[in-house]
Amino acid sequence: MEIIEWIRFIIGAVFILCGLLIFMIEMVGIFRFKYVLNRMHAAAMGDTLGIGCSLIGLIIISGLNFTSLKLFCIIIFLWFSSPTSSHLITRLEVATDGERESHYSIITLEELESEKEKS
Amino acid sequence: MSRKIPDSEYEKTLSFRLKRWLDGTKDAFVDTVEMQEQKEFVEDDTTVINREIERQQRLYRLYDHANNWGISGFEKLYRIFCVCFCIFLVVMLLISVSYLPSYGQPENPVNNEVSQRYIENGLQETGAVNIVTGMILDYRAFDTLGESHVLFIATCTVLILLRKDKKKDEWGNDIEESDRIYEPKNDVILQTAARVLVPPIIIFGIYVILGGHIGPGGGFSGGAIIGAGLILYLNAFGFEKTERFFTGKTYKVMSVCALGCYCLAKSYSFYTGANHIESIIPLGTPGAILSSGLILILNICVGIVVGGTMYTFYVMFRKGDY
Repeated sequence: MEIIEWIRFIIGAVFILCGLLIFMIEMVGIFRFKYVLNRMHAAAMGDTLGIGCSLIGLIIISGLNFTSLKLFCIIIFLWFSSPTSSHLITRLEVATDGERESHYSIITLEELESEKEKS
Repeated sequence: MSRKIPDSEYEKTLSFRLKRWLDGTKDAFVDTVEMQEQKEFVEDDTTVINREIERQQRLYRLYDHANNWGISGFEKLYRIFCVCFCIFLVVMLLISVSYLPSYGQPENPVNNEVSQRYIENGLQETGAVNIVTGMILDYRAFDTLGESHVLFIATCTVLILLRKDKKKDEWGNDIEESDRIYEPKNDVILQTAARVLVPPIIIFGIYVILGGHIGPGGGFSGGAIIGAGLILYLNAFGFEKTERFFTGKTYKVMSVCALGCYCLAKSYSFYTGANHIESIIPLGTPGAILSSGLILILNICVGIVVGGTMYTFYVMFRKGDY
């Protein structure tokens, strides 16, 4: 039993450390990227994968009880809400950006298909 | 209306004037103050230009540091006084801090009989397992009543400042239509997420409000959660969906009813002289949902006020009318 407890603890700790590493990468990305959408890409990574890893680690350490159920609900809530809010911010940025041609190019679906046919 | 004195004498009395003032039949300014129509204030270009030149010259003379000894001396004095004032403040604060008792000592004035009584007798006297709720909604319920009124007054102020009575703005556009062109209207992703998330959020808020006396939670936090859920619903589905069940009238009725209910429920303390005579409401078994006397009702009242206030703030800042 002792060994199983230790294995569980180590797996949980590895998950939490992974989450913290992802948060660190997110921070670097937020401060280094120059454009809003790039920064949001970094931030969304931490909000979904980083917090997911950390909470899964906590669930593994805590075991099967009511607390881990609550943590699971938190994961579901965050995975619903964070991408939705990122999507809304992105939409606003795309709608209000005056000089978006300098950052990216927009291709419609028809253009993409015609390019495919050409190649 | 039967009067003992005749009309000619009655017209001289104060009550007649008061009645006339209340009815609005007499304009106080007619025949007493000479009224004139306002004329447009016109001045020709040369006076404007002359005044501007004079102002520039005055400014130039004022900020001529080399010749104006007054301003340079004032700036030096200003710096010296700044430093002196900062040193004075720092010394005063440090002296007063040095008189404070050291942290964590059992003889400190913080550790008096009040907190001891809350911890020891709180469960028996209020019936709430969560001592903090027992404190803010039973021992200090008037504080919480004041806080709820602060929220209500804040909403009134926001309504006064931001409410738009007109349906069209100054450029002739319909406010309904121009309500944030970039606002997420009929966004499929947001609507799907809201359809999944809004019911759990509101149910969780209700749970937090109802469980305020059993565990962590209470009216303020639960009301904030419900308000957030309503704002999400509004953003996803627009005003025509929310106004089916929540309009300005609903908010008014709800918050006034909640605050009045709070006042009535807590005013028995007034009549007993803040004496906490044994309340007629039984406390029940601690830990059950229908326990701890009035705390559950007060929590619900506070939650209604807070949730409505959050939602109203959002609507006022976004559209200005609902």
